[in-house]
Amino acid sequence: MPGRLVGDLVLTAPAPLRRSAALLALLGLHAVLAGAAPVLGRRLGPRVLLVCALAPAATVAWALARAGGVLDGRPVTEVRPWVGELGVELAFRLDGFSLLMVALVSGIGVPVFVYAWRYFAPRPDIGRFAGLLTAFAGAMLGVVLTDNLLVLYVCWELTSITSYLLIGFDDTKAPARAAALQALLITGAGGLAMLAGFVLLGQAAGTYTFSEILADPPTGTTVGIAAALVLAGAFTKSAQVPFHSWLPGAMAAPTPVSAYLHSATMVKAGVYLIARFAPALAPVVGWWRPVVVSVGVVTMLVGGLAALRQHDVKLLLAHGTVSQLGFLVALFGAGWEEATFAAAALLLAHGLFKATLFMTVGIVDHAAHTRDLRQLSGLHATLRPVAVVAVIATASMAGLPPFLGFVAKEAGLEALLHEGSSATLVLVGIVAGSALTVAYGARYVWGAFATKPGRAGAPMAATPVEPPGAAILAPAVVLTVATVLLGAVPALADPLVEGAATSLDPRVEGVHLALWHGITVALGLSVLAVTVGVALFVGRDRMARLQAALPRTSSGTEVYQATLTATLRLADRVTSVVQSGSLPRYLQVALVTLLVLPGTALLSGPGLPDDLAIAESPLQVVVAALVVGAALAAARSRRRFAAVLCLGGVGYGVAVLFVIQGAPDLALTQLLVETLAVVIFVLVLRHLPERFSETSRRLSRLSRAAVSAGVGTFVAAFALIAGAARQEPAVSGEHLARALPDGGGRNVVNVILVDFRGLDTMGEITVLAVAALGIASLVLSGRSERTAGLAAHDPDEPAPATEADGPVGAVSSAGGDRLG
Amino acid sequence: MVIALGERSLLLDVGIRAVFHTALLFGVFLLFAGHNAPGGGFIGGLVTAAAFVLRFVGDPDGEQGRPLPFHPTTLLGGGLALAVLTGVAAWLFGGDLLESGKATLDLPLVGDVKVTSALPFDIGVYLVVVGLVGTVLTTLGTEREQRS
Repeated sequence: MPGRLVGDLVLTAPAPLRRSAALLALLGLHAVLAGAAPVLGRRLGPRVLLVCALAPAATVAWALARAGGVLDGRPVTEVRPWVGELGVELAFRLDGFSLLMVALVSGIGVPVFVYAWRYFAPRPDIGRFAGLLTAFAGAMLGVVLTDNLLVLYVCWELTSITSYLLIGFDDTKAPARAAALQALLITGAGGLAMLAGFVLLGQAAGTYTFSEILADPPTGTTVGIAAALVLAGAFTKSAQVPFHSWLPGAMAAPTPVSAYLHSATMVKAGVYLIARFAPALAPVVGWWRPVVVSVGVVTMLVGGLAALRQHDVKLLLAHGTVSQLGFLVALFGAGWEEATFAAAALLLAHGLFKATLFMTVGIVDHAAHTRDLRQLSGLHATLRPVAVVAVIATASMAGLPPFLGFVAKEAGLEALLHEGSSATLVLVGIVAGSALTVAYGARYVWGAFATKPGRAGAPMAATPVEPPGAAILAPAVVLTVATVLLGAVPALADPLVEGAATSLDPRVEGVHLALWHGITVALGLSVLAVTVGVALFVGRDRMARLQAALPRTSSGTEVYQATLTATLRLADRVTSVVQSGSLPRYLQVALVTLLVLPGTALLSGPGLPDDLAIAESPLQVVVAALVVGAALAAARSRRRFAAVLCLGGVGYGVAVLFVIQGAPDLALTQLLVETLAVVIFVLVLRHLPERFSETSRRLSRLSRAAVSAGVGTFVAAFALIAGAARQEPAVSGEHLARALPDGGGRNVVNVILVDFRGLDTMGEITVLAVAALGIASLVLSGRSERTAGLAAHDPDEPAPATEADGPVGAVSSAGGDRLG
Repeated sequence: MVIALGERSLLLDVGIRAVFHTALLFGVFLLFAGHNAPGGGFIGGLVTAAAFVLRFVGDPDGEQGRPLPFHPTTLLGGGLALAVLTGVAAWLFGGDLLESGKATLDLPLVGDVKVTSALPFDIGVYLVVVGLVGTVLTTLGTEREQRS
């Protein structure tokens, strides 16, 4: 039988699992490969990335095998208990939308891993890179597969952390580190807000199971607040205005990371969340639709305008991602069924073309050693295959037929047209955004591959290039083939997109993708967007002058920087006030707080008990008088050594009181602790002046005396009142009764320590060990400073008191814990 | 101005030699007796530590060897590990975390000896306490050498 009385630790027995273990196994495979990669990398070099590609490849294979049933509306689920008391279970669910996300995360993951294999020259930390990328892929997979909000949060934060490490992978470069930190702080802050939102939602709904909440969304003010918090997480993750500044910075990452992060993962997490919540929350939360849609549209325009200003082609694409994410958020966020369908198609299209575009940027960067479009020239001839791939991907991004991007955008415009007048403003914004997309798409192709005019009218000399291998282009070609094929024959993509959209919103049923809708208004709008976009590109010099003349729209980086600086300055100021470095002052603050807060509470509580006895035996009076005398002497003493001895006297006196009360264990402990404390004090006192400094003013001495007297009175009153306030029977009786039969010992104190309260003891000895290490490091670091200082200063100069007092305080309090 | 620990005195030396081993043994005795009589890992550890402190006071410069025969961090880590393992072992064998188990061993010559799993846990506590005081002695105590 358990001898423990502490019942707070209940271990639930593992429940039988419901379905196949494949989902968990795939995530486990990611974790195992991520852990093994650093080791494998030492032997295999960049080829370790191919080994790691097995994880996404296996996921794709498994998802394909399950696709039929899932798209027919039969999701695969798997539930394992984790933290039952908190409603956290490792619940996973593969429905249509998750399948689309898996197709992106793992389906684009495999080409990205292959691309990274050719991208990196052998380097010692390639294994770490492969491990991080695999962990990142696994975390993202967790986000899109889990059916529990809290597990989703954990995976979400894992993507934040792994992306932080990936963005800052070139950790010798300060810009990469700064960009990584910016991404982490912004997405991390959003993630925390999101967690709060999840908790509110979970409490309102009574469950943390994602699908159940969506099926029957709770209503009320709480849900509105929860929605705002969740959106904060989604907007930061998906780089929506005004949180978009981190994404362009994140292109400091190695290009394979950018290709992955900008297309299929990370930024798509926020879109994923909005897509899931929009159909459920848009009807319930009144402000949802206008806010989310306008944030999306504004982001689309801001990103597009910023992309037109860039000279670094990679940065251009990064701003383009911001713009496209705005488009996705606007379409998904509305919660209109047709728009949701179009957004699902756009999600797929964007993943395919954006990964391809970043891959081409990486190849250009490697071949020409620059990404500045003012220096790149003539690459269309020297890097012909790369240029072809890039043109196709750009055409898809710009929404030109017959590519997937066109099909998706057309569906989006149709959807908005069907919504009627309520969507007119959105439609205008999205057509304008599409025009910008055409313009910056053209700018990218022209900037990276065109032959530029030189100074005197003659064409600029072609940038020298190192020809890339065929293998590095292969992944981009594969993705491009998908873009072409799915665009030309939309029926191929239709089941996946329809299945995804239907699982988000059942009303989608019956909507289909088409390359040719006939001569429609949507087509007219597309033509308009392309015309305006081309005009913007042709008139790029005038456009640049116009943008230069306009006040610069804030990129958000300034806001981020200002916030960061202000926070650090505030922390500085608070620290300089709170951490004065004076031990007496810390003590005074702590004690005055004790007097003010619990002290006032005590005054309003029950008064002193009636049956107070002054003493139970004359011996107690004598010992108490000795203790009080020793305490007063300690306070009055001007010599440190005498004060320490008097303090020891106080301790021994208390030990005698314990003996009188019949508590030998306690008395013995007290006696030993006092002895050791005195010895340790002596060790420290060797380094301190013999006498206390006499500088303290009379006023401050009086105030200290007042505080001390107050605290003494408070503690005595508190002990008496608390002792008398008992309403439940004491546990001591049960302890006494159970010590021998359950604990197997006759010494109740010891049985309590090692058995009934064993967990507390474990915690306490951990504290002791930590305190010991703390003492060692404090003393040793103080010593090295002092020996360094000794060379310069008078050796008789005493060390500052606080330096040596710290450890002693730690010892006494650690020892004292046991007595309390 | 520095308070010195003073010159070595013959009286102290002899006195400590007489007491040191007794105190060590007494500490161990308290540790083992603790489950049924006053004592236990914490008290036993303090007594043992006091023995080492005593020897240190008599021999502050470490002329007769280091203050502690082990490196104190070994004691800290070992003690903590022992305590945790004892607790976890109970859990692994199907009980609650830290649930105590009992066994009666029939040793030849010695007879029946009752053993509880609380004992290794208490030994862990004992080791941590000795390690703590040992850390203090080896850091604060040996500082003197550095200064001179």
